[in-house]
Amino acid sequence: MPKPYKPSVNLNESHVTDENVYMNRRKLLKSMGFVGASTLLAKSAGAAGWFWEDEKEKTAFNGKPLDFSAPPKYQINETRTPESKVTSYNNFYEFGTSKDAPAKNATEFQTKPWQLKVDGLVKKPFVIDHDALLSRFPLEERIYRLRCVEAWSMVVPWVGFELAALIKQADPLMSAKYVAFETLYDPEQMPGQRSRFMGGGIEYPYVEGLRIDEAMHPLTLMAVGLYGKTLPPQNGAPIRLVVPWKYGFKSIKSIVRIRLTDKEPPTTWKRLASNEYGFYANVNPNVDHPRWSQASERRITTGGLLARNRIDTQLFNGYSEVANLYKGMDLSRFY
Amino acid sequence: MPFLSKPFRMSTWQRRLVKTAIHIFALGYMIWLFGAGITDNLGPDPVNTLINQTGIWAIYFLLATLTLSPLAKWLPSPEPMQYRRLIGVYSFVYAFAHLATYMLFELQLDMSLIASELVSRPYIIVGMSALLLLLALTLTSFKRIQRNMGKRWQKLHNTIYLILPLTLLHFSWSQKTFWQEPVWYWLIGLIIMSPRFMSYVENQKKQKARARKKAAAST
Repeated sequence: MPKPYKPSVNLNESHVTDENVYMNRRKLLKSMGFVGASTLLAKSAGAAGWFWEDEKEKTAFNGKPLDFSAPPKYQINETRTPESKVTSYNNFYEFGTSKDAPAKNATEFQTKPWQLKVDGLVKKPFVIDHDALLSRFPLEERIYRLRCVEAWSMVVPWVGFELAALIKQADPLMSAKYVAFETLYDPEQMPGQRSRFMGGGIEYPYVEGLRIDEAMHPLTLMAVGLYGKTLPPQNGAPIRLVVPWKYGFKSIKSIVRIRLTDKEPPTTWKRLASNEYGFYANVNPNVDHPRWSQASERRITTGGLLARNRIDTQLFNGYSEVANLYKGMDLSRFY
Repeated sequence: MPFLSKPFRMSTWQRRLVKTAIHIFALGYMIWLFGAGITDNLGPDPVNTLINQTGIWAIYFLLATLTLSPLAKWLPSPEPMQYRRLIGVYSFVYAFAHLATYMLFELQLDMSLIASELVSRPYIIVGMSALLLLLALTLTSFKRIQRNMGKRWQKLHNTIYLILPLTLLHFSWSQKTFWQEPVWYWLIGLIIMSPRFMSYVENQKKQKARARKKAAAST
């Protein structure tokens, strides 16, 4: 019998800052007496709209509240990144290459109807629609670290189910060694797919892949929500992958197809620059990106410029339980 | 002259007014950026916003200062030249703030990381070279030094034509793909530089023609 899975990070939700405290932090600051500086800046915050929208506008997306459990083993005691930041600082080139573009350009994105196809080397291929994505599998909240290859990180409470559950339902053949993922291709809705200037000139649709053992790992999540509500479009609605021990670009958004294969599938960033991005893309402080160091990262929470938020990056983003997947592999060669 | 009988000149006071306005804008925006950054009012990642804004404004000022001399030739007025030094110096000030932000708030004074990034990342080396050249131009921008340097001053300040491509290369190279924002600035840079290319080509032609005439006369 396989040993039941136990995560290395095991803390509870009482450590986490309450969402309300986050959302009202400016008010709190003021009421604590920092009146001078914060009133001055509260006024100038209007001018900020010149470059980015006001926080309220950005959270204009009204996600549907989800029903989920919150298993204690997936809570962590690190300060969560405020929801407003998680939903306004995104790499989703289909909606523009700047960090604030997806939140601005994806507001009209239609995720209903949606079809996610699971096929390839499986006995029972199937298609799952929008409502079934939210209801077929029991949903769990999991607080994961998210480490971007650009050397910043967040802590995000995702809501979703294990990819393993989805794959098991398709009954994979023994010959299936890899899992290939594909984002929606819809140039009418995704301006980045229409224009090279908007979409950074990468090849669309965006594709990603995992080895089957990585895909079946209990940490690998199919997320349908964050902060207790359905995903906003800029975060990959209606369904996205979350692989917390790999760089963020592996966690493909707005998925329409999952295909089991016997060969390593092509992945978007490796195809674009294989000397900079590998198939595995495991978070690894010892293997630098050719253009920047990966030894440390800046954790985006709150606190402004003076926050000392640079922290050491941990191997596998701290999820040491995945190390046995890569036993005997030279991680500087298979980056 | 297309629309004025006489070249347009400003009074000393009018010039002072324009210069004051430039100072207020350039310094004011910088102070506002840092203030908003410190209080977490500068977008989801204030460090990222500050790095982008100081960098992009260094480029705006650089492009602006390169526009002024062709503009002065085209307008019936030499006035734009009055502000070239001021705007050029602000390009340096913003570029310096860009580097300072990177070291203070991005790398947070982790000295070994700063040292290794400065020597081992090509796009940073390119950016540093542009900044050091801008520093040299800024330090020699005093009228007295300019007079003392004589012809060497112009030679040194012609490196502005190197600084522009170095700066844009640094910008492009820092992005994850080529087709991003910097492409526009390469295009704008080419447009601004095109009158200079054209007059350079014309001068070459004239010189050749003169040399040919000389050669013909001597035979």
